[in-house]
Amino acid sequence: MKILIVDDFSTMRRIIKNLLRDLGFTNTDEADDGNTALPMLKSGKYDFLVTDWNMPGMSGFDLLKAVRADDNLKSLPVLMVTAEAKRDQIVAAAQAGVNGYVVKPFTAAVLKEKIEKIFERIQ
Amino acid sequence: MDRMSDNKKIHRGLEPEVTEKLRHQAAELNQCVEREDYVRAMALINEMGDVRDQSLYQEVGRLTRTLHESIRNFQIDPRSPEQKEVLSMMTDASDRLAYVVQMTGQAANRTMDLVEESMPVANAMRDEASALRDEWQRLRRREMQPAEFRELYGRIDKFFVGLSQDADTIYGSLSEILLAQDFQDLTGQVIQRVTTLVKDVEEQMLSLVVMASHVDQLTGTVHHIDGQEVSAEQGVGPQIKPEEREDVVSGQNDVDDLLSSLGF
Repeated sequence: MKILIVDDFSTMRRIIKNLLRDLGFTNTDEADDGNTALPMLKSGKYDFLVTDWNMPGMSGFDLLKAVRADDNLKSLPVLMVTAEAKRDQIVAAAQAGVNGYVVKPFTAAVLKEKIEKIFERIQ
Repeated sequence: MDRMSDNKKIHRGLEPEVTEKLRHQAAELNQCVEREDYVRAMALINEMGDVRDQSLYQEVGRLTRTLHESIRNFQIDPRSPEQKEVLSMMTDASDRLAYVVQMTGQAANRTMDLVEESMPVANAMRDEASALRDEWQRLRRREMQPAEFRELYGRIDKFFVGLSQDADTIYGSLSEILLAQDFQDLTGQVIQRVTTLVKDVEEQMLSLVVMASHVDQLTGTVHHIDGQEVSAEQGVGPQIKPEEREDVVSGQNDVDDLLSSLGF
């Protein structure tokens, strides 16, 4: 299971990386926005994408849309972990095909629950 | 209400020499009209217009100076020479806020370094304790050979020594994590100063807006301002008071409810 973590703040990437490691996912890579993440996703054979929304360059929402528009990536599970809390945004993310939405600040238990739920659905 | 009182303040705030001049000119204008000296009357009306313009310029100039002053006055009061050196380089609010980002980032990384160092220590302690407990159970059930017991004996000894060392390591990390929270003091001070500046600027801006509305009234200017909705697609950042807003979720439960209402 190879996971890409996308967030513009290195501390948040590190927190998510640590939580994922505790859940048994040790194969993770990091990117700081959509523009760096997209080429990695296209060439890297990732199984799961965890992304923030608000980032300089390409936002997580645009990244989600780009992933869904790409024939090779469109079935990639995407979990958004973001401070964006407007109802319209959550609806928009759902319509764009997000698999899970975790609002910051979050707990390890919430992250675990959402990830497990996503994998249950896939299997 | 605030705007009304500000309005009055500015009316009252006309310089005494200006009001004196206006009173004098008004009296002279009255006399001119009575003795039918219209050429002089027109000239006086022009002069009164100039006085009005002058007082406006003075008011705008005064506000601009105050605004400039409040920006210039925005300086932190560094306590240590080290801080002084770092902070003297920071002359504007964005530098100060960048400093806050840097300090909080450092503290977060320091904390995570220590946590990441401690976690394997705690894991190793737990693993060795549970392995020893299994062995101990075997001993109690008298399933252990003398050679195995001798090995267990040495292992328990080693475990106790290691336990004190590991506990010291973890305790040391926890103390350092505690100390890493000292950024709150420094960043708190910086943010309070930025907040004060923002409030000052806001007050000055409000005065300028009131001033500008006077100019508009005098000149009869009407502005058409189109309200622009900011698109949420690029992200708008954290919501500060979610419980006071209808269009914002106040936590993960709200998100889950919303998504399940959409069939998720």
